[in-house]
Amino acid sequence: MSALFDRIREALAPKVGESSVEHGTLVLRIEPQALAEVVGALKDQFRFDLFSDVTAIDWLGSEPRFEVVWHFYSTMHRLRVRIKARVSEAEPVVGTLTGMYGAAHYMERECHEMYGIVFAGNPDLRPILLYEGFEGHPLRKDYPKEREQPLVPYRAGFEMPNGE
Amino acid sequence: MTSPTIPIRPESQKSGAFEYICTRKDELIGWARKFSLFPYPFVTACCGMEFMSVSATPYDTDRFGAALPRFTPRQSDLLMVVGTITHKQAPVLLKVWEQMCEPKWVLAFGVCATSGGFYNNYAAVQGIDRIIPVDVYVPGCPPRPEMVIDGIMKLQEKIAGQQHLIVNDRF
Repeated sequence: MSALFDRIREALAPKVGESSVEHGTLVLRIEPQALAEVVGALKDQFRFDLFSDVTAIDWLGSEPRFEVVWHFYSTMHRLRVRIKARVSEAEPVVGTLTGMYGAAHYMERECHEMYGIVFAGNPDLRPILLYEGFEGHPLRKDYPKEREQPLVPYRAGFEMPNGE
Repeated sequence: MTSPTIPIRPESQKSGAFEYICTRKDELIGWARKFSLFPYPFVTACCGMEFMSVSATPYDTDRFGAALPRFTPRQSDLLMVVGTITHKQAPVLLKVWEQMCEPKWVLAFGVCATSGGFYNNYAAVQGIDRIIPVDVYVPGCPPRPEMVIDGIMKLQEKIAGQQHLIVNDRF
């Protein structure tokens, strides 16, 4: 297990900042610009053929604010790798992985609508779980917890939120 | 007194005979309607399992006449909203309700349909009564089949006590 992780660290050493093994998963912290190269090496060289998930963490109050997290699994080695990159609130942009993994299309759309992370190069970042016209990004920590954005007007006796 | 259709209420004569006939008629139609509920299950979430349980043999809503789920709202008169309704889904629910023919009743099945339940967030509607009128609320997460049967019986009582106009101002 660790032999492969050591080889990965060695091969990617110039691109990777910190790295550690947590719960049997190799965690690599990278700069957003290095994403395509690191993932390309993981996929082609080390056979991480399954793209499990991409999500984000909102560290409200610290800078850079967002941390984008990718998970990869190797069906050959049966090992997992997690990649983390920090992006700022002013420019929450990372590259897309749609060229390498087809599964990235939907997962990047979800991450985009929930956190407002822009995946540059993804051809279709329309909302996938939310509806057209939804304002804001609901999983950001500063989205008001009880804010509602109804699509149909409420019946008499029920106030529409936001005085609409 | 030369009305083109059946007068709903006579304007001048107050003999009481017409009212008496109407109460008998309401009772008769109410009795017929309360035992011939055609439910439309609008199932969105885990309460659907409980709906299956309550409509299957051990509990058997057939005993109350609410047996045959119609899979088009146009043929049904009881809308059972089973599960969480999100804001994205609210227009669909409203359209389904609007497609149902009169007379129609709505049963909110489970706490999510009743009040949003514990989903107090950006996605969930805080109770379907914000969108459509509800006749019976059955809380519970999910409700026991006994609670649902109790709700159906409450609805039957309500139907039995309602006025059932054969002719109204729109028809």
